[in-house]
Amino acid sequence: MNRNALTLIGTLTVATAFVATAAGDPTINAAKSTIVVTFKQENVPVNASFKSFNGRVDYDPAKPNASKAAIELETGSFDMGSADYNSEVKKKNWLDSGTYPKASFISTSVKPGAAGHFDATGTLTLKGKSQTLTVPVTATQNGTTTVFEGSLEISRAYFGLGDAEWKDVVDDKVRIRFHLVE
Amino acid sequence: VEQRAHYTRTAVALHWLISLFIATGFTIGAYMADMHVSPLKVRLFAYHKWIGITILGLAVLRLIWRLMHRPPPDEPMPAWQRVAAHGAHWLLYALLIATPLCGWLYSSAAGFPVVYLKLFQLPDLVSKNEALAKVLVEVHGFLAWTLLWVVVLHAAAALKHHFFDRDRTLRRMLTWRAPDMRDR
Repeated sequence: MNRNALTLIGTLTVATAFVATAAGDPTINAAKSTIVVTFKQENVPVNASFKSFNGRVDYDPAKPNASKAAIELETGSFDMGSADYNSEVKKKNWLDSGTYPKASFISTSVKPGAAGHFDATGTLTLKGKSQTLTVPVTATQNGTTTVFEGSLEISRAYFGLGDAEWKDVVDDKVRIRFHLVE
Repeated sequence: VEQRAHYTRTAVALHWLISLFIATGFTIGAYMADMHVSPLKVRLFAYHKWIGITILGLAVLRLIWRLMHRPPPDEPMPAWQRVAAHGAHWLLYALLIATPLCGWLYSSAAGFPVVYLKLFQLPDLVSKNEALAKVLVEVHGFLAWTLLWVVVLHAAAALKHHFFDRDRTLRRMLTWRAPDMRDR
């Protein structure tokens, strides 16, 4: 067996292990899903995405209250489409991917709304800090697959993303949009 | 169309305003290109883009003005100089439009849209494409350096006419006066 295959198996085992302990085996089709981050620098909206993530959503339209979600992403997979920025974002004063390679959202309760809509309350853990957030989610049944879409806004200051010198250049508010296919 | 011995005040104002923006825009651009990511770099990119878009707007105005107003007649000079001078002028007009336009294309391809003066977001000319961005940034740099060298040539020629030939070439662009025939 070659080295790449071993690395791949190792990575998969680690990724599976975490989500499995959190909420069971991953069910998301990561290849078809996206997690996009939008922030503003000098009022210029810039999009980036996390290339590596996984998780599961247990959703039954008949019993929406019993729904559960657990998503985990690799902070080092942040991609702005520029190598210079990508390496900057992994540094200590930003995501600090060396110390905190993972970020996660684990739901604690779900409040159903109109058909196909629910509010997922849960804990977002990022760079060693946790915050309880409520995220409005839209679930769309599409044949055998379900698409979960929504967005949440976080504060850079709260999670310690970027030091003070960036305060006047990059907005504090950062929007995370997800499109999860299961 | 009347013919005058000096350029109109509109043409003079646009000429010197654009030259000022080229000098600052080029200096910022050359400085920021090799910078590492920092808040200053982000700011300089923003200012550079605002300057570029301003040049693009002023250049379009200037071209329209130029097509509607005949410039003052040439001073006596050899034919090759006349051809070189007019060739340089049209090359400058082309570069004044092409250079910022290419910068705008690069911004779009790199995924950093232009937000003019932090207020108005300009539409993306192409969608985000890292490979295309790498080509466009090279082309933008090449156009900017070409513009710089043509400007140097253009300025050197104007100074040569002023100090060595002692003709009115440069004064036509320094006279700030309403249309009249007094310079004849």
